[in-house]
Amino acid sequence: MIEYALLFAAGCYGVALLLDLWRVAIGPDAADRILALDTMVINMIALLVLYGIWRGTATYFEAAMLIAMVGFVSTVAYCRFLLRGDIIE
Amino acid sequence: MSFVAEIFASIALVISGIFGFVGSYGLVKLKNTLQRLHAPTKATTLGVGGVLIASMIFFYANTGQISVHELLITLFLFVTAPIAANFIAKTYMVRNLRQEDLPESTGDFGWSIYDDPPSPGAAPMEHLK
Repeated sequence: MIEYALLFAAGCYGVALLLDLWRVAIGPDAADRILALDTMVINMIALLVLYGIWRGTATYFEAAMLIAMVGFVSTVAYCRFLLRGDIIE
Repeated sequence: MSFVAEIFASIALVISGIFGFVGSYGLVKLKNTLQRLHAPTKATTLGVGGVLIASMIFFYANTGQISVHELLITLFLFVTAPIAANFIAKTYMVRNLRQEDLPESTGDFGWSIYDDPPSPGAAPMEHLK
């Protein structure tokens, strides 16, 4: 039964990634694109943990943690660049 | 893996999948940028939270040990999500709204995005003296 639940959740997150990609494509503002990329990072974390459950290993938690950190830093860096024209003043 | 644990993990997975989808659907569906800021918070909290709860139940039922990696990821996401949302909102403000259109902010430093940053030697902590 958990196989079907895993497939359902992975399908939901796959469709969600496509919708995020659509928002990245149509914009219209840079803030929308940053928000959509941030959401893509969140969805990828969920997909990585789902894959870890599917394979039955705990290896993918470290990858998910790293992606969470890199996603946060890149979101802040992109916003900072648009706000001040510079990332570290 | 026991049947009860499997049922709870499956319920958490289905709920998280639905919320992850709803978050991104709202991101496409809502009309305004600041409205769209609202939708993906569902994917952050309930979506990822549901997946991580399912993962904790699964690994506890399989190995008998409680793993804390999931709690770390959840904690990190809960700490960073408001900061990222604040930065995105300020990016939208500085690019699309003018200071005259906004109400007065009640803080000492105004909206802080329309001014230059305070220069290093210019009495930075005046109000503390």
